[in-house]
Amino acid sequence: MTLAATLAELVRDFKANGRIVIVGASLAGLRGAEALREEGFTGSLTIIGDEPYEPYDRPPLSKQVLKGWVPADHTLLPRARELDAEWRLGVAATGLDRAARQVRLADGEQVPYHRLLIATGTRARQWPNPAEAALDGVISLRTRDDAARLQQALAARPSRVLVIGGGFIGSEVASVCRDLDIPVTLTERGPAPLVGALGGVIGEIAAQMQRDHGVDLRCGVSVSALEGDAAGHVRRARLSDGTTVEADVVLAALGSIRNVEWLQGSGLAAGPWGVGCDAGGRAFDINGVVTDSVYVAGDVARMPHVLYEYQFLAMEHWDNAVFGAEVAAHNMVNLEPHYRPHLLLPGFWSGQFGVNIKSVGVPPFGDEIVFTQGSVKDRSFAAAYGRRGRIVAAVTFDHGKWLEYYAHLIEQSAPFPPPPPGWDRPDVMRPVPAEFPAPGVPTAIPDVVLTGHDPNERRAEFRPRGH
Amino acid sequence: MRIVVDLNRCQGYAQCVYLAHEVFKLNGTESLTYDPNPDDARRLQVERAAAACPVRAIMIDRLDGAERGAAS
Repeated sequence: MTLAATLAELVRDFKANGRIVIVGASLAGLRGAEALREEGFTGSLTIIGDEPYEPYDRPPLSKQVLKGWVPADHTLLPRARELDAEWRLGVAATGLDRAARQVRLADGEQVPYHRLLIATGTRARQWPNPAEAALDGVISLRTRDDAARLQQALAARPSRVLVIGGGFIGSEVASVCRDLDIPVTLTERGPAPLVGALGGVIGEIAAQMQRDHGVDLRCGVSVSALEGDAAGHVRRARLSDGTTVEADVVLAALGSIRNVEWLQGSGLAAGPWGVGCDAGGRAFDINGVVTDSVYVAGDVARMPHVLYEYQFLAMEHWDNAVFGAEVAAHNMVNLEPHYRPHLLLPGFWSGQFGVNIKSVGVPPFGDEIVFTQGSVKDRSFAAAYGRRGRIVAAVTFDHGKWLEYYAHLIEQSAPFPPPPPGWDRPDVMRPVPAEFPAPGVPTAIPDVVLTGHDPNERRAEFRPRGH
Repeated sequence: MRIVVDLNRCQGYAQCVYLAHEVFKLNGTESLTYDPNPDDARRLQVERAAAACPVRAIMIDRLDGAERGAAS
């Protein structure tokens, strides 16, 4: 048998008799499983998830669920196909033994695998003071149980809601509060909401939009303490500027933490920004060597991107979970030269205050911004981000139909300021600084992070010279 | 039934809103919001809405309740 024939037989045998385990039963885990079956994998497939629910969609949780229109348990994801998988739901993975090729579960069971897909995602960062976080009415928002609790709290008509953190989740919840005519205060440590993801120029527009809708917006302040009543229900917050806010619901919208703790000791390149992997989803070990049996997809993946100087991107985006999982699944059941790259132009949306905010590319990679279409006053516009004379991202407010035009320019590394599409141009088209906070300045954490190289991660095994 | 809308792809043409207004709603002029698990009685409406979407952003469950992987 030729070598090529042997390898082809190996792939056929793995597709028929292999054993694949997926850790994470949310969007990336589900779409990865479906893609494996689509690729012709008929072997054993196990899906492990710490929540007791089958895969559900998270974006509705901060919008239609909180409004009371859609119950939190009516967010289950549609299925593209039959899976014939073994589901282990309601039990977390607690360890990975790569030598024995086993995942350890919280109930002590060991689940063997030939190939593993890590899709454990992120969790909400909790209010850091445990006693204050335990007060009734202090809530974070990531899971459908969180959303059900927050929806109940809003339905009880609180006198005021305090939202801590002006990222997308915090801003969307403040928007729902105003839709429900509930008084809301939002505190943001940075100079404006959305500043980490979209910069200060857009942040200032978002700030004005919030104030116009009656949000009591306090920027440049943080919450020092939360105080409860005798019954243990939160009643007020003390702010860093010495003022207090009376509120009986507090949403801690402090960004997310990647679920990598269970990988401690596994020897994988896992850290606060996720699990490092190549653009095909193959995990790196701690020394930066690519593995053959462990793959990563979704919010927990961190991979180099050709458009952004091969910096590692960690993307908490819906389509990153979908397409990243599909690419990882393809590569799990194929060999070189049939590997595929996950080269997604990042994109997200956020519905808030009746405006559809969308973006493509990586805005924080840019340092300048230019308004290219529409009107800021009407909150209906497009703007492009640039860096060193080329376009790297774009944002639209109620101008989503034009996003593809900008996406195409970004994929080509077109010049910045970009040629306008020839319609709907503002009077002034002059690039200005985009005003992103310097790295390390505390603010709401953006949902795309350029993670780069972290000199604090000194865990690699350096090879001695002369040997 | 279960549906999901790829809101990266959605451009707010709102054809779905005309065809199934209990399931799809616009918040403002462009921001789509929807019921991810509408009543089965609306299946025909939702299927028409999905077929009418100019950017094919609406995905409908392709399973009929069998093998949905209940919690073990």
